[in-house]
Amino acid sequence: MRRRKFLKALTLAASLSAIGLTVNAQAAETIKVGILHSLSGTMAISETTLKDTALMAIEEINANGGVLGKKLEPVVVDPASNWPLFAEKARQLITQDKVAAVFGCWTSVSRKSVLPVFKELNGLLFYPVQYEGEELEKNVFYTGAAPNQQAIPAVEYLMSKEGGGAKRFFLLGTDYVYPRTTNKILRAFLKSKGVAEKDIEEVYTPFGHSDYQTIVANIKKFAGGGKTAVISTINGDSNVPFYKELGNAGLKATEVPVVAFSVGEEELRGVDTKPLVGHLAAWNYFQSVKAKENDAFVKKWKEYAKKKKLPNADKAVTNDPMEATYVGIYMWKQAVEKAKSTDVDKVIAAMGGQTFKAPSGFTLTMDPTNHHLHKPVYIGEVKADGQFNIVWKTKGPVRAQPWSPFIAGNEGKQKL
Amino acid sequence: MKLLAAVMLAWALLAPRFAAAALDAPTVNRLAAEDTDEKIQAIARIAESAEPQALAVLQALADDVLYVLADGRVAIFAGERMHDAATGVEITPVPESRDAIAINNRVRREINTAIAALKLTAPERAIRLASARELQNSAEPELLPLIKRALEKEADPEIRAILALTEASASLKSGDPAVRLAAVRTLAASDNPGVKLLLSTMLEKTGDGNFNEPDAKVRDEIRAALKEIDARLSKLESVGNLFYGLSLGSVLLLAALGLAITFGLMGIINMAHGELLMIGAYATYSVQQAFKAWLPAHVDWYLAAAVPSAFLAAAAIGMVLERSVIRWLYGRPLETLLATWGISLLLIQTVRTLYGAQNVEVANPGWMSGGIALAGGLVLPWNRIFIIVFAALVLALVWLMLNRTRLGLFVRAVTQNRAMADCLGVPTRRVDTLTFGVGSGIAGLGGVALSQIGNVGPELGQQYIVDSFMVVVLGGVGQLAGTIIAAIGLGEVNKFLEPYAGAVLAKIAVLVFIILFIQKRPQGLFALKGRSAEA
Repeated sequence: MRRRKFLKALTLAASLSAIGLTVNAQAAETIKVGILHSLSGTMAISETTLKDTALMAIEEINANGGVLGKKLEPVVVDPASNWPLFAEKARQLITQDKVAAVFGCWTSVSRKSVLPVFKELNGLLFYPVQYEGEELEKNVFYTGAAPNQQAIPAVEYLMSKEGGGAKRFFLLGTDYVYPRTTNKILRAFLKSKGVAEKDIEEVYTPFGHSDYQTIVANIKKFAGGGKTAVISTINGDSNVPFYKELGNAGLKATEVPVVAFSVGEEELRGVDTKPLVGHLAAWNYFQSVKAKENDAFVKKWKEYAKKKKLPNADKAVTNDPMEATYVGIYMWKQAVEKAKSTDVDKVIAAMGGQTFKAPSGFTLTMDPTNHHLHKPVYIGEVKADGQFNIVWKTKGPVRAQPWSPFIAGNEGKQKL
Repeated sequence: MKLLAAVMLAWALLAPRFAAAALDAPTVNRLAAEDTDEKIQAIARIAESAEPQALAVLQALADDVLYVLADGRVAIFAGERMHDAATGVEITPVPESRDAIAINNRVRREINTAIAALKLTAPERAIRLASARELQNSAEPELLPLIKRALEKEADPEIRAILALTEASASLKSGDPAVRLAAVRTLAASDNPGVKLLLSTMLEKTGDGNFNEPDAKVRDEIRAALKEIDARLSKLESVGNLFYGLSLGSVLLLAALGLAITFGLMGIINMAHGELLMIGAYATYSVQQAFKAWLPAHVDWYLAAAVPSAFLAAAAIGMVLERSVIRWLYGRPLETLLATWGISLLLIQTVRTLYGAQNVEVANPGWMSGGIALAGGLVLPWNRIFIIVFAALVLALVWLMLNRTRLGLFVRAVTQNRAMADCLGVPTRRVDTLTFGVGSGIAGLGGVALSQIGNVGPELGQQYIVDSFMVVVLGGVGQLAGTIIAAIGLGEVNKFLEPYAGAVLAKIAVLVFIILFIQKRPQGLFALKGRSAEA
């Protein structure tokens, strides 16, 4: 009996070490990249698709020969919408898995939580989501929009004749750092355009707020004072009850348009879009962008979703952060090829000035001085099918201003 | 451009009809122009023709079913068939290369006005009413002849009242002070918030120091009218707050009622209560999908089937939970708390694997969209009214179950004195399972209601668990009446605080209030008297 057990243990140990050997042998020929997106918890709704987009891009790169002749090996971890866990998982990716780069994070808190880790260990993070700016790190490349690439053009559009010539602004947001900072910038911007203090109203709701009756009644009352637009920085989930309430209260987009900065195709997938028709969103990419790069991107994603049997694959859509993730991975690949190494410092040096023909239909450039992408800005109106009808766009990509000139004390902070 | 449209429209309505069968094709083709101004001009021209085809084209543009073909022609493509927009002739075969004509909000506004003007003389009352309401917000002096004509023909008092107000707002820009004075007097009776804006701008001074309204007498009248409107609007605001509070209260009640049974009566700290709500909501979603797949014609009535399904689904899961886990932990509240919390995580992840992490779409049935428009822009949405009524029904059901059925009798007996009930032959174990099942089923019903106002996602329950416990504890454990009063009371307090303190502070204030209250009165609003209270 005892001997048999011993034998079993021996074989087990032998086979385990064999597995270990093969893993090691493989590791020599692959380059590991980390994917740090929440697959459970509150943010899973938004971040799960980014993980899948990253995996799709990696599969595509591998099918075309990989990077520097080596295949990419994705290391997927789940920080579970838990901000301290983001830092822990980031450390694990860099020190244990020795990844060459990490693609991840969504909320600003999660980014702030991993920043010290990336600085300390000299890692490389690609952050794909629009955010409030006021940050610039050597170890981070921001492929999402800074406020001047999203919020400010949207407000300018609302003030124009085409956008309805709004005179009063209702700034509505969830109570955390992104809406607060964005609204601070917007308030300063509106004042610089001659909008009076009494014509700006700023209202915040707690996370997960679902009862918008009073707020919608207040918007109605506020709109009684002149042509009004609502600027919404409401976080993902709470948008549904808000728009439902708007529709039921009879506030139509033709009277009081709402422009949102966190509502995209993916968020609209779980929504009855009828009451939303005509409301606006500002992004750097929409699935409805007419460009052959985009057609290919959308097709690729739909096929990938079907192949991998992702939930609701038949209704798969693409959105802005997905495009930003995709662009980020390809730019990193180009930089590695230029640097002929995955060494972080060499890749950072090679990243500056990288260009990529993105699905948004423009050639995007990575700014060497501020690590942000030059991006085009689109404004779309929600259509009944959950897609966006693009009603305005910039002529070309816009350079990011991570330090907004509308916040005092930011002068001269533009470079690394 | 609105101006041009209106003038032309009035002219078209007054002038004898030309016997033209079709719209002017080049004008219709201009609808496809890139430039918004040109599009709006084309809309004005088409509206002025007042042909029956004009309405069809404008409606198609509003509905996003107007296309431009490769040869520059514009066509309506609704369903399977395509018709030339100008002539109405069918185009076969449907060309492959076509582009949808996109419009923005500015164009949509113009179309709505044009369509409303065209429909103002429609034979159906509902359509005329809707058109009159639509025109209310674009009261330009140029619309006056049109409105006057419609007023002459209109017999319905409600539509007449709206038209009269619109006429008055349009007459505010008249050159004759007497006309303006009369208009202001009429408008004092208006509840349209737009009117208030219109009147107050007349009181403002222009750049050169003169009032927008030159006549002092008219200005006095405006001040009086504004005061009258303000008084009415503030009264309406209180009515609105009362309604919002009641509706928030009934949402809380529906979320907490199941817990009032499982926690309140049975004393089980069920942290998975929120997930039972979530299961109810997902059952609603599944029924909706089933209706969409097999009974697309009756999809508006899916809720009728969703209510029993949600009850059964949640009750079944609740009973399984009770049999497999909770019954072994009776009398050990801490372990129950941990075990049920674990179960809640399990249920969340199961649903996430089955349905995906994304929220799923539960649409309000057609009859639940919109609302009753009261005076002054106050709208009582149908879905909120539905939830209030639904909460009342569920409550009645629970009360009947507890007080009029044999099971209810057993439940009360077991909760009041388990040993004695056992002695008298009550199958206490089975009663426990059934009671827990009923409590869970009621949570499932709450889920049906929540799916109509918010998100349906795996995390749905997490939002309501704290609120549910708050309501039950505040109301007094073991008391149905306490739960009702606590739910409605919390809803009202929250909604009356919110306009002054904001949503964030209102929520905090309510929490602080509850903590203080529980310190003072740990047994809640209503204390249960009797043996179990001491147990």
